[in-house]
Amino acid sequence: MTGKTLTLRLKVWRQDGPRAAGRFEEYDLPGISVDMSFLEMLDVLNERLNADGHEPVAFEHDCREGICGSCSLMINGMAHGPQKGTATCQLHMRHYRDGDEIVIEPWRSSAFPIIKDLVVDRAPFDAIIQAGGYISAPAGSAPDANSVPIPKEASDSAMDAAQCIGCGACVAACPNGAANLFTSAKLAHLNLLPQGQAERYSRTVAMVDTMEDHFGSCTNHGECEAACPKEISIDFIALMNRDYVKAQLFNRRLAGQRR
Amino acid sequence: MALDTTALDSKVPVGPLADKWTNHKFDVKLVNPANKRRFTVLVVGTGLAGASAAATLAELGYKVVCFSFHDSPRRAHSIAAQGGINAAKNYRNDGDSVHRLFYDTIKGGDYRAREANVHRLAEVSADIIDQCTAQGVPFAREYGGLLDNRSFGGAQVSRTFYARGQTGQQLLLGAYQALARQIHLGNVEMHTRTEMLDLVVKDGRATGIVTRDLVNGEVRSWSGHAVVVATGGYGNVFYLSTNAMQSNVTAIWRAHRRGALMANPCYTQIHPTCIPASDDFQSKLTLMSESLRNDGRIWVPKNADDARSPDQIPEDDRDYYLERRYPAFGNLVPRDVASRASKKEVDAGRGVGPLKNGVYLDFADAIGRLGRDVIEERYSNLIEMYDRITGEDPYQVPMRIYPAVHYTMGGLWVDYNLMSNVPGLYVLGEANFSDHGANRLGASALMQGLADGYFVLPYTIGDYLAGLLGQPVVPTSDAAFAEAETNVADMTRRMLSVKGTRSVDYFHKELGKLMWDNCGMARSTESLEKNLSEIPALAEEFWNDVRVLGNDESLNQSLERAGRVADYFEFATLLCHDALVREESCGGHFRVEHAQEDGEARRDDENFAHVAAWEWTGAPSAPTLHKEELVFESVHLATRSYK
Ligand SMILES: Cc1cc2nc3c(=O)[nH]c(=O)nc-3n(C[C@H](O)[C@H](O)[C@H](O)COP(=O)(O)OP(=O)(O)OC[C@H]3O[C@@H](n4cnc5c(N)ncnc54)[C@H](O)[C@@H]3O)c2cc1C
Ligand code: FES
Repeated sequence: MTGKTLTLRLKVWRQDGPRAAGRFEEYDLPGISVDMSFLEMLDVLNERLNADGHEPVAFEHDCREGICGSCSLMINGMAHGPQKGTATCQLHMRHYRDGDEIVIEPWRSSAFPIIKDLVVDRAPFDAIIQAGGYISAPAGSAPDANSVPIPKEASDSAMDAAQCIGCGACVAACPNGAANLFTSAKLAHLNLLPQGQAERYSRTVAMVDTMEDHFGSCTNHGECEAACPKEISIDFIALMNRDYVKAQLFNRRLAGQRR
Repeated sequence: MALDTTALDSKVPVGPLADKWTNHKFDVKLVNPANKRRFTVLVVGTGLAGASAAATLAELGYKVVCFSFHDSPRRAHSIAAQGGINAAKNYRNDGDSVHRLFYDTIKGGDYRAREANVHRLAEVSADIIDQCTAQGVPFAREYGGLLDNRSFGGAQVSRTFYARGQTGQQLLLGAYQALARQIHLGNVEMHTRTEMLDLVVKDGRATGIVTRDLVNGEVRSWSGHAVVVATGGYGNVFYLSTNAMQSNVTAIWRAHRRGALMANPCYTQIHPTCIPASDDFQSKLTLMSESLRNDGRIWVPKNADDARSPDQIPEDDRDYYLERRYPAFGNLVPRDVASRASKKEVDAGRGVGPLKNGVYLDFADAIGRLGRDVIEERYSNLIEMYDRITGEDPYQVPMRIYPAVHYTMGGLWVDYNLMSNVPGLYVLGEANFSDHGANRLGASALMQGLADGYFVLPYTIGDYLAGLLGQPVVPTSDAAFAEAETNVADMTRRMLSVKGTRSVDYFHKELGKLMWDNCGMARSTESLEKNLSEIPALAEEFWNDVRVLGNDESLNQSLERAGRVADYFEFATLLCHDALVREESCGGHFRVEHAQEDGEARRDDENFAHVAAWEWTGAPSAPTLHKEELVFESVHLATRSYK
C-alpha cells in the first residue's frame, strides 16, 4: 500500500474468433498501482480501450481468488506468470517494475482452441472427468459418513490432489501439451480413498484413454508441476502410471471371470 | 395472462413440526420409474444447488437439460466457499441435534424464516455429509480417521465439516462429478457458455426458457415440463462483494418479470471478515473465512490517533470490542452483529491500515497457545491468500479486515416444495429466499444448496410432474417462445445500438456506490429515498450513454455484462423499496430509525413477521406487495441476544 504507480508496455494477443488470424497488439499503460491485481490491470486497459473506441480484450476470470480455475494467461511465456503457486488472478502488480514489458497470450495447445483473444475452450478436461472422474454414489445410497474411517494421511493426500482447479496451466506449460498432471490429480484424489476402490481400475483406464484422445504424451519434463497454481505434485503421475499398468492386468482378469 | 398471486400458499404440511417432512414425503405423488424418462426438466445453473439437482434428477430417471454460462459446470461460484458446511451429526457429543440446528438457524435468521423449511433443512443435513463422503469429498479428519469439525458464528456447538479452506470447491467437485457421470450416461444434456435470458410462461405454467449462446450469439428456445433455476445470489448489485465477478441477478429477475414473486430482496448479508479495499480500481473483495474467528481475536486501538504498529500497542490500549460487548459469544457472534460492530469502530475513527478502513484480526494469542503449526494446518491457504493480496504476513502482523457484501438471503419466493408462484418453476440455492430469514449463519448456504438439490427437489418435483403425465412439452414453435426470443434479441440489439461514451463497468460502479452508501450496513428513510430517485436516473443515463462495442455474433463480454447491469438497475430499485417499507431492523437489514438505546437492532414482530413477496407490475418503481405471514409454532419469538 505505497501509492506507487507503474507504466507498462503490454503486448497482448488479439484474435477475433476461432477461425480468425491472431496478432499481437501493443499498448502503453501508465498509472498502474502496485496494489492492483494483474486482472485489475487488464480491467484498466479495457476501460481505456473502450474509451478510445476499441473493443476490450476478452479474458476469462470469475472468482479472482485463485479457486475457480477460469483465469488462464501466459504471461511472458509462463503459465499464470512468475509467482510460484499463484493463479493469474492472485498475481499482483507489486511484482513488476516501472517500464516492464509484459507479453500476454492465451494457453497454447491444440486441445484448447482459441475462442477469442485470450479465451480458450477447455472442454476436453470435462470429457476426461465424464469418462470416469467420479465415484458412483447416487443420492440416498450413502452409509453414515463415519462408518468408514480414513487414515488422516490418506485423506490429506487425497485432498492435496483434489485441490486442482482445472485451469489448464499444466497443459499450457507442457512442451507436449500433455494433461497428465490434471488427470493424475483427479485419479489420485479418488483412487487414494477407500470409497474410490470399487471403480479404481476401470476409472483409471477410462480417464487415461480419454486423455490420450485429446492431449499429447508426457515425457517427464516436469513443467506442469512448476506452473501449477496449486503446486500439485508430479508424484501423482507416477501413481497414475502404476495404476494404469495394474489396471491392464486387473481388468483383464475380471473380464475373464465375467465372461 | 394473469397469475394468481393473491393467495400466497406456502403449502407447509400440517402436523407436528418434526413430522412434517416425513409425512410430506409419503403424501406427495410419485412418478413411476418408467414414466420418469418421459419428463424433461430444464436445470439452469450448476453450482451446488443446480449440479446436485441435475445429477439427482437424472439418477432418478428424468431427462435433464442443464445450462450454465460458465465454460464448465465446475466453475460456479460455489467453488469459492471456504469455511465449511453445517450438519447436525453431533459427532462431537456436545449437545447438537436436529432441533438445535433448527433453532440456531431460526434465531440466527432473526425469526424471519419459515419454521417448516428450516426444520427440514436441519433434518437432511446429516444425509448431506454421508452423501458427500460417499462421493469422495475429502473432509478434514482426525488421526483416528473420523471426521473433524470446527465451530462457526452463531452456534455454541462444533457442527461444521470442512475440507481445509476449500470446502465449497470439494463439495462442488463432488456434485460436478456426479453430474459428469450422468452426462456420460446420456441422462443429462449439458450446455455450457449458455445464458438463460428469459423464462417462458404459457397458460400460467413455466414451460421453457430462452438462452443466448455466449460464443456465437445464437438465441434459442428450450422446452421442458418444469424449469429449475439455481443461478445463485445477487450480491454484485453492490458492485464490490465477495461474490465471483459474474454472479448476477439476471435469470431470477427475468423470471420475476414473467410473474415470479421476489421475496425479501432487502435481506443482504454483509460479512465481517473481508480484506478492506485498497484503491478505486478494486474489482472485488476477498473473504477471509469466518472460521478464522475461531482462533483470531478482533480488536482496534482504544485511541483513534494511535499510530503505533499493532505489535507495539500494549494490551491495555487495545479494545477487543466483540469480547467486551458480547461476552457469551465473543468473536463468534453472528455476521450481522459482528459487521455492525466493526462499522461502529471505523466510523468512530478507530479504523486501522493506511485508509483507516479496517479492524485487526489477530492470531498472536492462538499462535502462542497452539503453536504456529496448528494455525498453519487450519488456515494456511487463507493466510497465504491474504499475504498474496496485501503483501503482509499474518503470522507476523495481524490481518486487517472489514465487512463486505457477501450473501443474499432474499430471492424468488418459493413454497415448501421449492416451487415459485409460477407453477412448474422451481428455485434452488441462493437464488431462492427460503431458509435463512434475515441473516444466514456461516456454513449454512452450502448445506441449503445441497439439501435443495440432493434431498428436497427430487421428492417434491414428482408431485407436480405426476399431474402432467402424458402431456408433451409445449413445442418451441409456440408463440410464447417466439415472443420471448424476440424480447431477448431486442434487448441485445438495444444495448449495442446506444453507442454512448461510458463503459458498462462505469455504470455498475456508480450503482454499487449508491447501494453501499445508502442501502448497505445502515439504511434510513432518507438514504433509501435518495436511491429511489437516483437509481432510475442512472438507469436512464445507462440507456442513453452506455458504450458496448463489438457485435452479437461472437464472444462479447461487455455485452454480457451490460444485460446484467441493466437488470441490476431495476432490481436495485425493488431492493431499496423493500428496505424502505420494512420499518424494522432485523438480521442483515438495519434501519437506523429502528435501533435500541445501545445501538442493537430493534425488530418489530407485531407488524413485520412476514415475508414480503413482490410482484412485477411493469414499472420498477411500483411493485405490488404480497405478504406471507410467518407462523411460529415451535420457537418463541425473542430478542436475539448474544451477550
Ligand atoms: C467467498 C465466499 C465464501 C463462502 N463460503 C461459504 C462457506 O464456507 N459456507 C457456506 O455455507 N457458504 C459459503 N458461501 C456461500 C455459498 O458459497 C453460496 O451461497 C452458494 O455456493 C451458492 O450456490 P448456488 O448453487 O445457489 O449458486 P452458484 O454457485 O452461484 O451457481 C450459480 C450457477 O448458475 C449459473 N448461472 C447463473 N445465471 C445464469 C444464467 N442466466 N444462465 C445460465 N446459467 C446461469 C452459473 O453459471 C452457475 O453455474 C460463500 C460465498 C462466498 C462468496
Ligand atoms: S479467476 Fe478464479 S482462479 Fe483466477
